[in-house]
Amino acid sequence: MSAKNSVMVFIEQNNSKVADVSLELVSEGKKLADKLGVALDAVAIGYNLEKEVEVLGHYGCNTVFYINDERLSHFTSVPYAKTIVEIIKKHEPQIVLFGATTTGRDVAPRVASELKCGLTADCTELQIGEYKLKSKVYKNTLLQIRPAFGGNIVATIVSPESMPSMATVREGVMKMAEPDTSKEVELVSEKCGLDDSDFMTEVIEVMIEEKNVDLKSANIIVSAGMGAATPEGLELVKKLANTLGGEVGASRPVVDSGIIDRDHQVGQTGLTVRPNLYIACGISGQIQHRAGMAEAKRIIAINNDPDAPIFNIAHYGIVGDVNDIINRMIKAYKARA
Amino acid sequence: MSLQIIVMVKQVPDTHNVSGDAMKPDGTVNRAVLPAIFNPEDLNALEEAIKIKETIGGKITAITMGPPNAVKILKECLYRGVDDVVLVSDRKFAGADTLATSYALKCAIEKVEKYDLVLCGRQAIDGDTAQVGPQIAEKLNINQLTCVSEIVEVNETDITIKRSIENGHEFLKSNMPVLLTVTNEANEPRTPSAKLAVAYKNISGKTSDESYDDEYLESGIDDPISYIKEWNVESINADPQLCGLSGSPTKVKKVQSVVLTASDVKQIQNTDEGIAELINELTEEHIIG
Ligand SMILES: Cc1cc2nc3c(=O)[nH]c(=O)nc-3n(C[C@H](O)[C@H](O)[C@H](O)COP(=O)(O)OP(=O)(O)OC[C@H]3O[C@@H](n4cnc5c(N)ncnc54)[C@H](O)[C@@H]3O)c2cc1C
Ligand SMILES: Nc1ncnc2c1ncn2[C@@H]1O[C@H](COP(=O)(O)O)[C@@H](O)[C@H]1O
Repeated sequence: MSAKNSVMVFIEQNNSKVADVSLELVSEGKKLADKLGVALDAVAIGYNLEKEVEVLGHYGCNTVFYINDERLSHFTSVPYAKTIVEIIKKHEPQIVLFGATTTGRDVAPRVASELKCGLTADCTELQIGEYKLKSKVYKNTLLQIRPAFGGNIVATIVSPESMPSMATVREGVMKMAEPDTSKEVELVSEKCGLDDSDFMTEVIEVMIEEKNVDLKSANIIVSAGMGAATPEGLELVKKLANTLGGEVGASRPVVDSGIIDRDHQVGQTGLTVRPNLYIACGISGQIQHRAGMAEAKRIIAINNDPDAPIFNIAHYGIVGDVNDIINRMIKAYKARA
Repeated sequence: MSLQIIVMVKQVPDTHNVSGDAMKPDGTVNRAVLPAIFNPEDLNALEEAIKIKETIGGKITAITMGPPNAVKILKECLYRGVDDVVLVSDRKFAGADTLATSYALKCAIEKVEKYDLVLCGRQAIDGDTAQVGPQIAEKLNINQLTCVSEIVEVNETDITIKRSIENGHEFLKSNMPVLLTVTNEANEPRTPSAKLAVAYKNISGKTSDESYDDEYLESGIDDPISYIKEWNVESINADPQLCGLSGSPTKVKKVQSVVLTASDVKQIQNTDEGIAELINELTEEHIIG
């Protein structure tokens, strides 16, 4: 049986399947829990999820608190928030992690508000460390690290007096551990204490659309930044991706300008990717973009400004006009020995 | 009876257009070079409010918490057709995190007393937290609908919206009162009206303690306001302990300016030969097939 002060992960499910981001957070949460010498627990809310949550054990989860109710089969804000608050009050974890998904970003602030605890959005790194405030020293507190202020600074946020400390993390930011199928999770059923009046939102219809791009599993990504955001530049980026058998990525301003779909955005507020090859075309390399691609195995940077920060993390740098260089690459690929 | 709509707007530094001199040589942020702008998605929230007013009628109040110069965005609201505006400003709010911010804004909204809809932007571009909206909803003890990309139907008792989610979208319905956070997919915000811009050009702020009584709520929508209401900690009946730094559980432990260490980047010549060599190298290493 688990004890107080655990690290807890909110488990998200899509059509009853545990979301990748939740498995990533269980993997990361396990590391934090080990460092603190505490248990790693989870809270799962939904309907008929007993089988699905078994996988949590494979990633190091000790106990999953499970609330099973047909009315909870689809996410809505108030019932989920109230349920999570009840679980936190009952089991008193010291850290609670949520995916920075539309669900996590909807429910986590509501939970934090009710518990009056700290919440840090979109963390790119989590650590356990010390925080000193005047004469007080807080040991073993959660250090929540995220870029801020246009990416010119990286801030370390703490909420040392808050029980619990809460953070959201985007999908792909934390690495999923290798599953160990011999490990089992303890399933603890919890009562659903909700009234019908808590169900304030009526779900009329849910429409699932297939994504038109799967950046996360692409081996090669060719990404367009503002330096390649001309019609010709974008055509060439697509052509290069096609030629190499890769996918097209983009920086945020390119997505914001509407010329490419949001599913293509790489970075802190987009996707975190780890392809074998990432080709950054006309991307300056601000930290929010780097947060999403710095762990690519090989990075080629193409930029006409030799001082662009992207060159500092690239393995190969080519200074020059993006159209020129892409044309040369396509030509060279087709002619290769 | 017509709808009472409150729109929450925020003035933010234009972090999307940070230039090289945003950082001072000593590693601190040079706020002076960052222009202050109307948070983009708050304009989308405002646009939805105006559209609702145009179709079924209503009264729109815009509220911002910020420094005195945030009246600039309140004037922008008036130029677009908002009926009343409030600046919540006090030194005691300084250093507020999202929890302390949402507490102060909740107190301000309660001073308005009656509301059917509270509209926020999905997120503010200074931090992209998207936390303040849901936190206000919790503190007001009302329902919330986030990431709204379309208002499908609205009448005087309930609202139906389309919500964007990772793998598609959903249609949700809620009774009022309810808080919505609106995304930039929802609309293309209108530009200010020249006529209103002239009418409100010289309007300025005035500290006021008056509350929103029935008379105000019934007053004609077309009566132009004569000053921008300014409220402080006392006038919104907020507990100073819960405001600003003292009401903020999160603290900044440290900030580091980003220093990139020069890496061992291999310079590839931008010539046919240079690039062919790179492609061959990557092929040999099976990075590309
Ligand atoms: C809270 C927050 C979250 C953010 N999240 C993200 C995110 O998830 N993803 C993201 O990408 N950004 C994000 N950003 C934005 C980020 O800070 C940068 O603004 C953005 O990454 C810059 O995009 P860019 O490099 O395409 O454009 P720019 O910075 O405009 O760079 C364009 C580059 O192209 C080069 N160039 C121009 N013309 C040519 C040419 N003809 N040939 C070759 N090179 C050329 C220029 O030298 C320049 O380096 C975020 C910002 C904030 C504040
Ligand atoms: N100081 C503020 N004054 C008014 N509204 C705010 C303020 N801060 C946040 N909001 C609202 O809350 C939304 C989300 O903000 P944030 O949580 O900072 O991303 C914004 O789009 C605004 O609608």
